[in-house]
Amino acid sequence: MSLLDVVFGRLTFNALPHDLVTQVAVVGIVLLGIAIIGALFYFKKWTWLWKNWLTTLDAKKIGVMYIIVAVIMLLRGVSDALMIRAQQVVGAGDGGKFISSDTFQQVFSAHGTIMIFFVAMGLMFGLINLVLPLMLGTRDVAFPFMNSVSFWLFTAGMILVNASLMLGGFSPGGWLGYPPLTELAYSPGPGVDYWIWALQIAGVGSLLSGINFLTTILCKRAKGMTMMKMPIFAWSVLVTTLLIIFAFPILTATLGMLGLDRLMGMHFFTSGFGGNPMMYINLIWAWGHPEVYILILPAFGIFSEVVATYSQKRLFGYKTMVLALFGITFLSFVVWLHHFFTMGAGADVNAFFGITTMIIAIPTGVKIFNWLFTMFRGRINFKTPMFWFFSFVVTFTIGGVTGVLMAVPAIDFQIHNSLFLVAHFHNVIIGGVVFGYFAGITYWFPKIFGFTLNERLGRYAAYCWAIGFLVAFLPLYALGLMGATRRLDHYDPSTGWQGLFIVAGVGVVIICLGIFFQLLQLAVSIWQRKKNLDITGDPWNGRTLEWSVPSPAPFYNFAVLPVVHSRDPFWEQKEAAKAGHHPARPVYVDVHLPKNSGFGVIIAAFAFMVGFGLIWHMWWLAIVGVIGVIVCVIIRTSDDDTEYTISAAEMERLDHGHNTYAAKEQYA
Amino acid sequence: MSKTDSIAVEHLDAVETARHGTTALGFWIYLMTDCILFASLFATFAVLRGATYGGPSGKELFGMPFVLTETLILLTSSFVCGLVLLGAKYNRTKLVILGLIITFLLGAAFLTLELTEFTHLVQDGHSWRASAFLSAFFTLVGTHGAHISMGLIWIIVMIGQILKKGLVKGTIRRLTLFSLFWHFLDIVWIFIFTVVYLMGVL
Repeated sequence: MSLLDVVFGRLTFNALPHDLVTQVAVVGIVLLGIAIIGALFYFKKWTWLWKNWLTTLDAKKIGVMYIIVAVIMLLRGVSDALMIRAQQVVGAGDGGKFISSDTFQQVFSAHGTIMIFFVAMGLMFGLINLVLPLMLGTRDVAFPFMNSVSFWLFTAGMILVNASLMLGGFSPGGWLGYPPLTELAYSPGPGVDYWIWALQIAGVGSLLSGINFLTTILCKRAKGMTMMKMPIFAWSVLVTTLLIIFAFPILTATLGMLGLDRLMGMHFFTSGFGGNPMMYINLIWAWGHPEVYILILPAFGIFSEVVATYSQKRLFGYKTMVLALFGITFLSFVVWLHHFFTMGAGADVNAFFGITTMIIAIPTGVKIFNWLFTMFRGRINFKTPMFWFFSFVVTFTIGGVTGVLMAVPAIDFQIHNSLFLVAHFHNVIIGGVVFGYFAGITYWFPKIFGFTLNERLGRYAAYCWAIGFLVAFLPLYALGLMGATRRLDHYDPSTGWQGLFIVAGVGVVIICLGIFFQLLQLAVSIWQRKKNLDITGDPWNGRTLEWSVPSPAPFYNFAVLPVVHSRDPFWEQKEAAKAGHHPARPVYVDVHLPKNSGFGVIIAAFAFMVGFGLIWHMWWLAIVGVIGVIVCVIIRTSDDDTEYTISAAEMERLDHGHNTYAAKEQYA
Repeated sequence: MSKTDSIAVEHLDAVETARHGTTALGFWIYLMTDCILFASLFATFAVLRGATYGGPSGKELFGMPFVLTETLILLTSSFVCGLVLLGAKYNRTKLVILGLIITFLLGAAFLTLELTEFTHLVQDGHSWRASAFLSAFFTLVGTHGAHISMGLIWIIVMIGQILKKGLVKGTIRRLTLFSLFWHFLDIVWIFIFTVVYLMGVL
């Protein structure tokens, strides 16, 4: 073994990409990276970036960073989708090879992995960070430093996934990496290892976030805000964090075991030595099914806020909403087997899981009807988030119905792993999760940035997404019923599928147009921000506490922590003011806020080294990374001087001067 | 002390108490996630325990007197760890340090025994590569051992912090968390003792 082998493990120049599409992408990314780094030097913005963003422990800023990462990853994931669809359009017969089969496998694996872990999860944690503390009437999350660590671990995982594009290629094993295909015997390259360690690092970040937000909800609510007075969004986050806490450790253990198989030659899921691949599939879905509810429940929470606000009415059926959330939470843990009815667990077992799956439609239906009844006799304000909501109701309900269809084991045997399934889960994930988060971003944007987003372009985007979605995915139902399987890069022309694939391809182009309108909306809104300034802090005549503070929300959230008497505290306060009751003069007290810390970035950098070292068998790098993480944690936890104080007098001055981030610089 | 001062002190105390409660709750939740992690490994072990691939099963490999010794050492360390917390309550710094050192030594002894067992198994040709059963065994017991190692590092850090800062609110809070962690590992070990070893030799 030469020194080079020790230093670089199995990393050689061979790891650089071989095919043209990837090479162009890599060159583009590298040039963009150089341009950004160059710009940061040119405009001397490194200190600003480090002090104001990278090291921040302010949940709102961490939320913004989550959303930026998620949006960039959305663009990557959509490019992957475009490549998949383009290949399928030309894939009739042997003629069409837009990308090679090998690349195609990596592309669909990357598409699924990125969309779930780095887009949906990123948008979710971003929005929770932005508004949860504000909604609960508190200044921060329970563990601000851990929040920063979570975000940076998420980012380290994201960088690992994208590094695979440049060095060594990604996993060909699909987004859930089923063994024995992903075992060393069949996938000896680094692709699967990239997948394992990227998810492992990001997954630990998600787990820490789950602990953080659950503790925040349980311990940091405003005075008087009993559990049954919490906004429904907070409830949805509560059940989501419960799901994260119960599900993510299973992912950690499962990926860990697959990793041990590959690194240490163990035999958990191999096809020899007594290994049991079925065990993996059970475990991964014991995490995977709750995971989809982890994504959708906060979106339900967002719609509950959006619909109540824009209907100018109290949410219909608050208690049933909470019950429905808990019903879904419980049921989501007893349905995992419906992902593999075809594996022969027997009729009784399949029947049990089929029925539990169908039962989920009941609490979900309760929620849909509650939203509809909230709008009933309301004064609906047709803003962009409501267009996302209307698109959601239609598409999500179609997705729900096809889901119930597939819950029947006998039907599932026919359409298992077909494009029918692909259409179903995009129906609920795009129609539910993605539309929900887009609605949330539009709704809360002014609270964070101080100006509203352009309405017209927002509507165009919603139209394009809704129509594009239907055009892109309804043909997939038909194709699935005709026998087209998922992950298909070529098919016989005599099947007659090409026409439907072309229609689906057109749908994706329409979705891309929607994304273009969203980017344009952002650019135009920033350009015309002076026209759309949110001066009142309450642009939508809101109901919950986040609208009671100025926009953009001050770094301390509340100058004086609010006291809550009802479910819609800010609405009540406004009604009281109309009736001539004015709040008592505020009593300011000293406020303690966390100091910035660079350890989040540093710990994630070490975690990245661990991942990269294990992927390329650079053992020294992995060891350095592990030691680095431990040392950083010890240093940080030994530090008792992690907070600064704003005196009561200073707080009063800030409150009257209407705050803003500019004021923070002198404290941080 | 003027009235405003006492209000300020009261406020600070309330902040500190709230923080203690929040941190303890957060740590409890973390322990529950760790519990699920172990549950996944236990489930895998239960499924794969018969998958010996023609090699020896637990009955032929495990020596009960040895494992019982390990268990008693770990239980004793947990008892001493309880005494440490009692010492902290009565502000007996030296007793706390002494207790932590004893906990550390017992933990290290446990870890040494565990590694001895592992070494013997590997030397006899029963490594984690030999069968799915042995993979599951090494991973489950090894994960517990890795936790114990982290606990040992934590004890060293705690000793350093208490020597430097004394028994103040911050160190007492961390001491409480450590004791939760250590007792939790004890409970996990009881399950390993039962499920892996006892049910393995019966």
